[in-house]
Amino acid sequence: MKRRSLIKAFTLSASIAAMGLSWSIQAAETIKVGILHSLSGTMAISETSLKDMALMTIDEINAKGGVNGKMLEPVVVDPASNWPLFAEKSRQLLTQDKVAVVFGCWTSVSRKSVLPVFEELNGLLFYPVQYEGEEMSPNVFYTGAAPNQQAIPAVEYVMSEEGGSAKRFFLLGTDYVYPRTTNKILRAFLHSKGVADKDIEEVYTPFGHADYQTIVANIKKFSAGGKTAVISTVNGDSNVPFYKELANQGLKATDVPVVAFSVGEEELRGIDTKPLVGHLAAWNYFESVDNPVNQKFVADWKAYAKAKNLPGADKAVTNDPMEATYVGIHMWAQAAEKAKSTEVDKVREALAGQSFKAPSGFTLTMDKTNHHLHKPVMIGEIQDDGQFSVVWETEQPLRAQPWSPFIPGNDKRPDYAVKGN
Amino acid sequence: MLRLLLTLLLMLPLASQASEGEFFLSAKPAEQARLLEGWAAQPDAARLGLLENLRQGRIAEGDTRKVRLNNRLRGLIDNALASHQLLSDNNDARLAAAQQLQKSAQPAQMAFLDRRFANEADPAVHAALGLALANLQLGAGEPAVRLAAVRLLGETGDPVARTRLEALLQPGVESDAGVRTAAETSLAQVKRKLLVGELLGQAFSGLSLGSILLLAALGLAITFGLLGVINMAHGEMLMLGAYSTYMVQVLLQRYAPGAIEFYPLIALPVAFAVSAGVGMALERTVIRHLYGRPLETLLATWGISLILIQAIRLIFGAQNVEVSNPAWLSGGVQLLPNLVLPYNRLVIIGFALAVVLLTWLLLNRTRLGLNVRAVTQNRNMAACCGVSTGRVDMLAFGLGSGIAGLGGVALSQVGNVGPDLGQSYIIDSFLVVVLGGVGQLAGSLWAAFGLGIANKLLEPQIGAVLGKILILALIILFIQKRPQGLFALKGRVID
Repeated sequence: MKRRSLIKAFTLSASIAAMGLSWSIQAAETIKVGILHSLSGTMAISETSLKDMALMTIDEINAKGGVNGKMLEPVVVDPASNWPLFAEKSRQLLTQDKVAVVFGCWTSVSRKSVLPVFEELNGLLFYPVQYEGEEMSPNVFYTGAAPNQQAIPAVEYVMSEEGGSAKRFFLLGTDYVYPRTTNKILRAFLHSKGVADKDIEEVYTPFGHADYQTIVANIKKFSAGGKTAVISTVNGDSNVPFYKELANQGLKATDVPVVAFSVGEEELRGIDTKPLVGHLAAWNYFESVDNPVNQKFVADWKAYAKAKNLPGADKAVTNDPMEATYVGIHMWAQAAEKAKSTEVDKVREALAGQSFKAPSGFTLTMDKTNHHLHKPVMIGEIQDDGQFSVVWETEQPLRAQPWSPFIPGNDKRPDYAVKGN
Repeated sequence: MLRLLLTLLLMLPLASQASEGEFFLSAKPAEQARLLEGWAAQPDAARLGLLENLRQGRIAEGDTRKVRLNNRLRGLIDNALASHQLLSDNNDARLAAAQQLQKSAQPAQMAFLDRRFANEADPAVHAALGLALANLQLGAGEPAVRLAAVRLLGETGDPVARTRLEALLQPGVESDAGVRTAAETSLAQVKRKLLVGELLGQAFSGLSLGSILLLAALGLAITFGLLGVINMAHGEMLMLGAYSTYMVQVLLQRYAPGAIEFYPLIALPVAFAVSAGVGMALERTVIRHLYGRPLETLLATWGISLILIQAIRLIFGAQNVEVSNPAWLSGGVQLLPNLVLPYNRLVIIGFALAVVLLTWLLLNRTRLGLNVRAVTQNRNMAACCGVSTGRVDMLAFGLGSGIAGLGGVALSQVGNVGPDLGQSYIIDSFLVVVLGGVGQLAGSLWAAFGLGIANKLLEPQIGAVLGKILILALIILFIQKRPQGLFALKGRVID
């Protein structure tokens, strides 16, 4: 009796195991890719659209037959703007879901918190947002801009005659690692251009700061001392009260232009832009860029937003990090095709030198060694319809300098990715 | 024949204007800048239309070709336009032009300004032009002219005058001793005036921040202060008010574009009704089961706040929605050269005080208020006297929530409207209520304005981040010393 039940149990478990096996064979028909963007909390305002863009790109690749004959299967998780949760979710993606690659993160602090996980488990992360540099991990590909692809050209522009020949600089930022590091680099850069410390003012506000009365009054006072430009690294929705206060206190772009590094089409959706015409933003892509690739990209996105009934679909816009997400996923797919595998080490090798015709109108290339994209720089002026018109751009994509030469000691850093940096 | 000749004559300036426009459109930016500088120095009344169109980014009305402008060109257009407007017959237009020229006039325009100055009849415009000229005359050859200019600049409180005088006082710039001493006195004079403007500006910022804190906290002063419910969902009531404003704006845009200017006023009753309705529903379904259990109330209302946030996110999306200031709330009134009071902030200060007054009247002069006070002071006794305590609880909670909704309308005019709006105000709201003393409207009033002004006094000295930390530390110390807050109910009513 006992033996029989034992046999029964054995066959049962064997058949279950076989079932499980057949399931996993079926699952192997698709390639899992992780999407790690906050869908709730403070960063949801910026990151939600990146998640949707990633899903659209994956649909697009699947419609063309997938990668290496297999369909891509997105695994979406929500780290809820909670930095430790980012690390937890990325561990889950890599160990439980066994994804081939992860597209995600926005703030530098979230990237810093997942970095050890990706290095430990040899995962692959595509990071789509402009950032402060000072990092180059073999497990991360950076499709956003490094400081020399955004911040420094923007400051050079406002110093030029065309940009208003600014002599004094008000560096305004949110208080965390990206603005502080960027401003450190900019200060060193301004020194190298002969701008004295008395002509540079550096001010920080907490995340979510909403009362800019004092700061705008200080900008006014500061600007009386000579032609001033505000270099803004204010992040997230603090930008809305800042720009509203600027407009209401009558500080116009012709008097004191504001150059922002974190304000794009998506952020302007929450603001009435008529009083802001003429303020500037520096990016590597704008929705208004006119070329066939971008026309298709914008039209596809609007159609996708409408088809999926995303909130605010009738006013859907594209922006720089969305383009970087789009480019990153396509590049990964190309590299996986080239490597004929989705194994991290092989894909990493295949990614070096990979190029893609991007919506920015340029053919972007992944650098052979430094894991960053070569990107063009564009300065755009805010228009009254919430779009930007490009007033200046580089002729060629620039190679990224993640280790800025303006920070002492960086000249000794290697120009290839090393763990634990 | 005569008619033809007349039309031709009339067409002539138009034709020349059109060709100037075409020329401008085809020119390179550097050339455009030179053109504008030339026009500014030698204005021609016929060119006014062209410049006005250029400001709009076109060369003529109805012309679809866009003129690509940058900030430098916009500045030059403003300057040239001001030059041309000096030829206008309208006093106000000339005054505005002269004020613009005080900021932007270039030495090349001096001859023209001199002529206008000599011919100007209106005293206000005359004075403004004099100042614009004085800025340029600082570089004049005649010491007497410089002296007059320096004296004139001393009369203004303009921040730019200070920079100009300081530049003049740099060693080796001004050789004439008389002008130097005059410049020193003028500089001291300007500095004094600037200081007054700065202090007034700080005081106003403090009042404005205080009024915003007050509006955010007033609803909580009722739900937490009077009813004793630790209402973590209070911030979301603010958010609902702000989203109601947004909805009113959108609906008016669609169905009654004529009334769009006054949408914030229409939004007030809507926001009050929406928030009060949600508040009363919450009270009836959840909170009334938890009276007397503060910890559970705290957790339950926190959960409700998360549900509300995510619900809004699902309906409206995670992005902020656009709530634009109507024209009468945009811009500000210039009191002193360095002091602008934005209209939206002025209106909010008035609105906050009006809401406090109404709430006070409601609580102290109506039957509902009497019942609310009776129930909060002694629930059992009130019930014995025939007060329906359940109904009063519901109405009082609805009132608190509705006032939070009104606050939301005001907040939508200064900040973001997004699902997280409430989260950024909830801590400040609790600080105000606790600091002011639980159960006291007057306490909240003083605490809100006190915190606002203290914050704005500290911020210029030590920065926004440290200022906020210091304020928190001070409040903790204060609460340690005086747990009942600034104002406390006296007597035996408190058990």
